[in-house]
Amino acid sequence: MHSETRSREFYILAFFFTLFVLFLYGPLTTIFILSFQGPSGGLTFPMNGMSLHWFSNLFEQQAVGDFGGSFRRSMILGLMTTVITVVVSLLAGLAFRRKFRGSMLLFYLAISSLVVPSILISLGIGLFFQVLGIRPAWWSSGLGAHLTWTLPFGVLIMFAVFNRFSPVYEEAARDLGANAWQTFRHVLLPMIAPSLIGVGLFGFTLSYDEFARTLMAAGTFNTLPLEIYGMTTNVTTPVLYALGTVTSVFSFLVIIAALTAIIVLGRRRAHVG
Amino acid sequence: MTTTDLSADTTNEPDKFARPFRRMWPKSILPMLSYLQAMPLALILGLFLLLPILTIAMVSFWDYDSVRIYPDFVTFNYTETLGSWVTWKIYLNTFKFTLIVWGLTLLIGFWVAYFLAFHIRSTTMQMVLFLVCTVPFLTSNIIRMISWVPFLGRNGLINSSLIQLGIVPKPLEFLLFSEFAVVLAMVHLYTLFMVTPIFNTLMRIDRSLIEAARDAGASGFQILTNVIIPLAKPGIAIGSIFVVTLVMGDFITVRFMSGGQSASVGLMMANQISLLQYPAAAANAVILLIVVLLIVAAILRVVDIRKEL
Repeated sequence: MHSETRSREFYILAFFFTLFVLFLYGPLTTIFILSFQGPSGGLTFPMNGMSLHWFSNLFEQQAVGDFGGSFRRSMILGLMTTVITVVVSLLAGLAFRRKFRGSMLLFYLAISSLVVPSILISLGIGLFFQVLGIRPAWWSSGLGAHLTWTLPFGVLIMFAVFNRFSPVYEEAARDLGANAWQTFRHVLLPMIAPSLIGVGLFGFTLSYDEFARTLMAAGTFNTLPLEIYGMTTNVTTPVLYALGTVTSVFSFLVIIAALTAIIVLGRRRAHVG
Repeated sequence: MTTTDLSADTTNEPDKFARPFRRMWPKSILPMLSYLQAMPLALILGLFLLLPILTIAMVSFWDYDSVRIYPDFVTFNYTETLGSWVTWKIYLNTFKFTLIVWGLTLLIGFWVAYFLAFHIRSTTMQMVLFLVCTVPFLTSNIIRMISWVPFLGRNGLINSSLIQLGIVPKPLEFLLFSEFAVVLAMVHLYTLFMVTPIFNTLMRIDRSLIEAARDAGASGFQILTNVIIPLAKPGIAIGSIFVVTLVMGDFITVRFMSGGQSASVGLMMANQISLLQYPAAAANAVILLIVVLLIVAAILRVVDIRKEL
């Protein structure tokens, strides 16, 4: 790539970085491999043959609790969280472009939503609903709990986007006779679309994997991470790894889809000019 | 991705951004519009963050028995918690985890970010490697914890290779279900929270400053300690706030990775919750919140991160 010689520091750090990446992905890779254990295989190596036994096991209801139901709930909850996170973060980002009374307060509130330990949010929402006499459910209190985790990320991303966003495009649109809505719809929105997909990606994946904040706020029916956590105490077969593989592959697919969309949108914008 | 840049060189110039709006909207509508746009965020955070925390504060003064909780004004939830040696020992243990994990994630996170920012020369490669580091953050924490089992277990990879190599005669017991495992898993889960903000600040350091330092005869080490680290402080502070608050409130990593052999404040609360001792858990929560906020305030006193937002 470059003709100048690399320093010794580079090779030491490159080695360190490689170790770090192995540390990040190594364990995950092992459970991917082990989820293909033969029917008589255990939770550790060696592999006793190769099979899809544990994956088929996963879809038998009685074997591993309510995988299908909890997956469906997590999907719906994730999509709800995504839509709300994108819309609310976008609106808040627009609001924060101007100073308004209480803007700093609201910003600090959003930041504290990240800093307050998750178990507090969980306990707080659970108690809040209990005191009000409302039954907590994954689609009400659970949704709220997830939003306290996804919205701060969304707001911070929109903050960064609008800080670098030059208003000259909007001025140009206005000078050409566009009204406020047209300026938003045809100028601003296409320009920030890739960032909005980024916000959506955060919204979905963080919600789909959220555990600590959901624990006391989900009500009777489990989301997928709660179901998986329940399984860790009583399932001692590689079906646990099969579940890990399936949900991780799903996460990776979502991430890849979002990144592709971001790249495609970016290219198209570059093409148009 | 845009998430990599939380920069703001313009916050001190609000007028620059206010201009198009002033021309587009009648002046009297503008404040209204801001409030309408900020309303959903304020409502959601009010309903699911502010009110729940106030509820915790309220319930921490309530009475309870084994079946339910009663509105009341009692202080024994606090006096019992603060008067017990167990609480203090658990706090000490939690601080221990926090300190160790903070040190390790800072060390690892800084060098990873430093490598990405200063040694990778093409922007594309930088973005790709940065993504490689961030993707695990978007996958399930629980599964990432479970994935240590085949490594650390009694018959896991590490033990079997150590035995095969003849280094140890029988399996090491301390690998899984120990404080070692807790720290390992936390470093595994939380280092990304260090890498991202530090990478951000490092990327924004003006390269000519480093050139200037080199021209002035500074050694590599001097450049690091006198130029790069001082300029990276805001990122280090943000990462530290993330890691410290995550570890201080953690209960699931401690429960799963220690197999019940270690304790943390979060775990103590989780146990009280499962015993339906909500007021006791609430008192604990209030104390934890105060401790966490004090730590955050202390970090913010040392480092000014406002420029970073």
